[in-house]
Amino acid sequence: MDTLAYSAIFGRILIQFLPVWVALAATFALSISFKRRLGLYGKLFDSPVGMIGFGIVMFWVFTALFADQIITFDPYSQFSGMKNKPLGTPLAGEIEGAYSHFLLGGDHLARDVFSRMVMGARSVLSIAPAATLFAFMVGITLGVPAGYFGGRLDTTLSFVSNLVLAFPVILLFYLLVTPEIRLTGIPVVMAAVLFLFPIIFLTVLFNARFFTDPKKRNLYVGVVLVVGLWAYSGLAFNMDPLGVWSMDPNLLNVFVSVVFVNSPTVFRIVRGIVMDLKARDYVAAGQTRGEGPWYIMLWEILPNARGPLIVDFCLRIGYTTILLGTLGFFGLGVAPDSPDWGSTIDDGRKTLTLFPHSALAPALALMSLVLGLNLLADGLREESLKD
Amino acid sequence: MADWDPSQPILEIEHLSISFFTRLREIPAVMDFSCTVMPGEAMGLVGESGCGKSTVALAVMRELGKTGRIVGGSIKFKGRDLTNMGDEELRHIRGSEIAMIYQEPMASLNPAMKIGAQLAEVPMIHSGMSKADAWALARQIVADVRLPDPDRIINAYPHQLSGGQQQRIVIAMALMAKPALLILDEPTTALDVTVEAGIVDLVKELGEKYGTSMLFISHNLGLVMDVCDRICVMYSGEAVETGNVEQVFDEMRHPYTQALFRSIPLPGADKNARPLISIPGNFPLPHERPPGCNFGPRCDYFQKGRCDATEVPMFPVPDSDRHETRCLRWQEIDWTAPPAKRAVKEKAPIGRVVLKMEDLKKYYAISSGAFGGGTKKVVKANETLSFEAHEGETLAIVGESGCGKSTFAKVLMGLETATSGSIMLFDENVQSTPIQKRNTDTVSQVQMVFQNPFDTLNPSMSVGRQIIRALEIFKFGKSDDERQQRMLELLDLVKLPRAFAERMPRQLSGGQKQRVGIARAFAGGAKVVVADEPVSALDVSVQAAVTDLLMDIQRENRTTLLFISHDLSIVRYLSDRVMVMYLGHVVEMGTTDQVFSPPYHPYTEALLSAVPIADTKVIRKRIVLEGDIPSAMNPPPGCPFQTRCRWKSQVPGGLCEREVPPVQVLEGGHQIKCHLSRKVLEEMEPVIKVAAE
Amino acid sequence: MLIFVARRVGLMILTAFVLTFVVFYLTNLPPNLEKLARSEGSVRMSDESVAAWIEQNGHGGSVLGRYGQWLGIVPGWSNVDEKGVARGRCFEAGSDPAIAPRFCGILQGDWGFSTFAKTEVLPYLGGMLASTGWLMLWVMIVMIPTSLVIGVVAGMREGTRTDRVLSTFSIATTATPEYVSGVILVALLASPVTGLSPLLAEWGWIDGKTLFQGASSPDNITFWSFTLPVLTIALYGIGYIARMTRASMTEVMTAQYIRTARLKGVSFRQVVMRHALRNALIAPFTVIMLQFPWLLNGVVIVETLFNYKGFGWTLVQAAGNNDINLLLGCSVVAVFVVLVTQLISDIGYVFLNPRIRLS
Repeated sequence: MDTLAYSAIFGRILIQFLPVWVALAATFALSISFKRRLGLYGKLFDSPVGMIGFGIVMFWVFTALFADQIITFDPYSQFSGMKNKPLGTPLAGEIEGAYSHFLLGGDHLARDVFSRMVMGARSVLSIAPAATLFAFMVGITLGVPAGYFGGRLDTTLSFVSNLVLAFPVILLFYLLVTPEIRLTGIPVVMAAVLFLFPIIFLTVLFNARFFTDPKKRNLYVGVVLVVGLWAYSGLAFNMDPLGVWSMDPNLLNVFVSVVFVNSPTVFRIVRGIVMDLKARDYVAAGQTRGEGPWYIMLWEILPNARGPLIVDFCLRIGYTTILLGTLGFFGLGVAPDSPDWGSTIDDGRKTLTLFPHSALAPALALMSLVLGLNLLADGLREESLKD
Repeated sequence: MADWDPSQPILEIEHLSISFFTRLREIPAVMDFSCTVMPGEAMGLVGESGCGKSTVALAVMRELGKTGRIVGGSIKFKGRDLTNMGDEELRHIRGSEIAMIYQEPMASLNPAMKIGAQLAEVPMIHSGMSKADAWALARQIVADVRLPDPDRIINAYPHQLSGGQQQRIVIAMALMAKPALLILDEPTTALDVTVEAGIVDLVKELGEKYGTSMLFISHNLGLVMDVCDRICVMYSGEAVETGNVEQVFDEMRHPYTQALFRSIPLPGADKNARPLISIPGNFPLPHERPPGCNFGPRCDYFQKGRCDATEVPMFPVPDSDRHETRCLRWQEIDWTAPPAKRAVKEKAPIGRVVLKMEDLKKYYAISSGAFGGGTKKVVKANETLSFEAHEGETLAIVGESGCGKSTFAKVLMGLETATSGSIMLFDENVQSTPIQKRNTDTVSQVQMVFQNPFDTLNPSMSVGRQIIRALEIFKFGKSDDERQQRMLELLDLVKLPRAFAERMPRQLSGGQKQRVGIARAFAGGAKVVVADEPVSALDVSVQAAVTDLLMDIQRENRTTLLFISHDLSIVRYLSDRVMVMYLGHVVEMGTTDQVFSPPYHPYTEALLSAVPIADTKVIRKRIVLEGDIPSAMNPPPGCPFQTRCRWKSQVPGGLCEREVPPVQVLEGGHQIKCHLSRKVLEEMEPVIKVAAE
Repeated sequence: MLIFVARRVGLMILTAFVLTFVVFYLTNLPPNLEKLARSEGSVRMSDESVAAWIEQNGHGGSVLGRYGQWLGIVPGWSNVDEKGVARGRCFEAGSDPAIAPRFCGILQGDWGFSTFAKTEVLPYLGGMLASTGWLMLWVMIVMIPTSLVIGVVAGMREGTRTDRVLSTFSIATTATPEYVSGVILVALLASPVTGLSPLLAEWGWIDGKTLFQGASSPDNITFWSFTLPVLTIALYGIGYIARMTRASMTEVMTAQYIRTARLKGVSFRQVVMRHALRNALIAPFTVIMLQFPWLLNGVVIVETLFNYKGFGWTLVQAAGNNDINLLLGCSVVAVFVVLVTQLISDIGYVFLNPRIRLS
């Protein structure tokens, strides 16, 4: 069999991504036809930059979702004779029911670069948004009171956040993401602290709003506590009695480190916005009718900070993706054969000058995802300022 | 410029139309606007916000931004059309022939450049003056605008000057090249009244001295009367009436001008006997203007099929000095007839004492210096405040920025606790009880209406939700349905349609938001309401409606209203008693009549004189205070007002500089905190006289 | 102003202590020490002998005490091992403890011995820093002017085509971390099989097989060996600083005082040069200074990618080889660099901004 021409490779890749194209087309068609009713999300479709960004991001999201349908080979298996083979190389011996070529060539361990890149999307997108979300929970739960109350609380928290920010990120990763540190249990302690914030946040949120109606309050707070603590026991301590929630210790280590690195920045942003918003009259109106500080912080101030926070959330997912890539690039905290983009770039760079394709594919993938997120954030910012 | 004849208009705007272009549509901002300004003349442009007056000014400067465009008509300056002038030519005219002064003095000065450099730049660009000469000229002009110590000021940065001084610098900058036309866009709106008076005098004087023509933009009719010779009233993008100031003020020929004058509180208006008449309806949005006359839907003289049939042109009024009106029916209307629907209201009786403050003091400790660390300073925000407020009474608290009126409100509301003294609320001492510790009843009985309508409602919560939340917190009603019902009733109370419950605040106009704010304040049946400048950010025609609403609710609920304001006209109109504050001290207190007639406290006297009144029959004595209000962080020793007081020489022995004056109680319980003797006080002349008709 | 600087410096010293303690704690965790014991002693040591080794080499006792010794404010440890040899922090095994100094921590200039480089940490690190210094110098020379020019030009006429092109470029570079841009640049310009090099070689335009070199070393600083690493680090920074500058510039250009200047008849050129630039550059200055922690990241990645033996490469080697002293040394340097730049940024901000300087 012959090596595929570039046009054939390109065509085949387009076909492999078919489920993604269908899903993208459906998303765009639906969103554009209802865009006037969808608030800020709908307005995104007025901005070309935002639409391109959203398109790229959704492309990777759908890729992660449909990865099993898209891949042509098992991303972990090695195929004899395929080591460092260029793009479109046919498989030495045909395998029943499998595709006949390595679309983007083989890597240094004779695995299919294309399938690894696609699977990489799944591994990146299953961590980055979640880690960013947790970082936001921590940053918001601490930043809102720091900005609102000021004083000593603010001084202390700001000092601590500046401490974390003064660490060069790589150094912090080299110190925090090691097999040795896993032995000491520090990641579990960090998880125990960091994972508590979402539960605290939601409990306070509902209590502040519904304390006037104990029946509703008990229901909401109860649900939060039961589900939250259940997940908490599983994620942080791996002690979920039902075994639904759990996290690989390696992953937990990476996850908490990324959350830890991101939350001080979120804290700073939230604190700044809150300090600006707390001087508004509707805050004073809440105070003069005797509202508690938490209601004012979480229901009067926070919803009005959502614009900049959503924009930053998109940017921060991109940043987290870069951080995860950095970790992978230095081989920190990931399984050796993991298909995530950072480690595949690291694998590929050793033979970079001779066989660039195996590093180039994940590199371009990572770049496009982050670019998409940045464009999306830009579009959102532009549109939210237009009101 | 040789071909321009000085007997010709200096500025001639003909049929000017300006539109802004957005992605969705073209929004006409100004339509068919014409006016002429003769050399040495001051033309006033008045109208409510959004009427296009600033757009006209910016069009003259050809500074409409990326989205604005002149779509028709011409602007002739000294006979040359500005609308099709090239950039380079335009640049030579800007700053040297036409100069502009803006609303926010701080924002219009470059924070990173010295004052001198910003001033000297103008002659250096336009007449190629050397740097040394330009700085010398700058120094001289700074002295001309009567700023103390010009040598220090030209070497200072803008942030080192006070607001009033900054505005003088902006004026100096405009005068650097001795322009032929000066455009002033609300030049005093950001300043305190007593500072405003000084600026207005300066502008008038300099205008005469240099023979500069002026285009003066303001929403304040009184100010226009003080400064201008001619006036042009704008409504919704059109000039509706133009003419001499006296003619337009006394013999207006357009229903909008008439309605405008009926809605502002002039001397003689009274909340019970002669209440204000607000203009019904809302200002039309630029893309929703009605056919025919723009004012039609809100006009008392509207005739269907006629006023809304064709576009209305300007009609000249015969036997007048260029007086024109844009009204089809101007000859049919009886302009002297009194307003038909003035509803006279019963005066509400004043009841028992509900709020009593005694020797209230509020001091703040703040650390000085931008980098922290420095010594702690004490700011005396309120000094020995004592007063009583009765049920059903309106007590006005008057003062300029830094006088401590907002601190007072915070202490009363419980957002801050007083340093010493007592606050008795319904026989309960709440002085040291912060709001979290007050019980629900107390909290719901003392409520507040805020100043800024764009800030008073939470932008991300629906109107109904916000009122219901207040009801929940005040423990009103047993079920959600009951609260929902009550919320709808409250909307009725403030005369808003019930459908507004579902709306988000951004869908409401300023006046409507302020109504929601009032509904929210009265949700728990408030007995004492602090209204902190509730109408100062609203347009005049809306002000009247909101004030009336507040008065009506007060009458019904027998509420005590503490009305905080800097606007003496509205205070005179609605208050029963007045308390004048200056730098944390109550300098004068008494019934409205006592405070508004002699004897005055010297500060009250200056304040009364500073407030412009849009009535040609009122004669005011001009008293212009020197300098600015001292900082509350660094108050003068002795009497707080001594640095600006014109009566200081009447007190022997420099007493004013040493001791805080005692409170003198004159007849009828009228209190004045001043060292002046009874005799001097009694000989004071009234500041405002209404000429006999 | 003096009080302000003093407070900042005080806070910086406090931060430095806390950070170095955290680093010390994390590098001296028991598992790390055990690993050290096994690599220094033998891999097959029993758990007891590991514990003994740790104890004998001064790694026992409280963390705070050891931190104090490392800093040089607590006397160095000394003991006599089972062979009767006196050992201690401050002297060679077997020499006389009596003549050794009591304190020997980083404050005394004794940064310890590197097990990886087999030499004293301080001089070794000094050499590495010098190498990195050259790299950073060129990064700065390329990055700062480029980014400022891009930002100012894009921001001074917001919404024009120039602005859109430059902004897109900035966004694209901020979306490209060093390990991605490095890979792309090498593939494009320094690979004998892909990108431009094979074409150029075919046409005979270049002598060697590749246009630029895919590896570089501090001993041989040439245009051909330095371009790619410098470009790789600078690219990410350029995008970021340019975006900040653009944002600041557009904000300034819509400020009222710019309109005042325009309406005074100042020409557009002068408006930008005299009125806008100074105000617009205050914010980017802080950003440039705060970029240092991230530049450090870039240095580590690029030095690894291009096998450039400098500070970043050392950091990776120290961490990879469990070289505690060297890693501590790297951390001290890194923390120091970050804190000093923060200090400069704070003071510079105050200095540039008359509004704060003179109040």
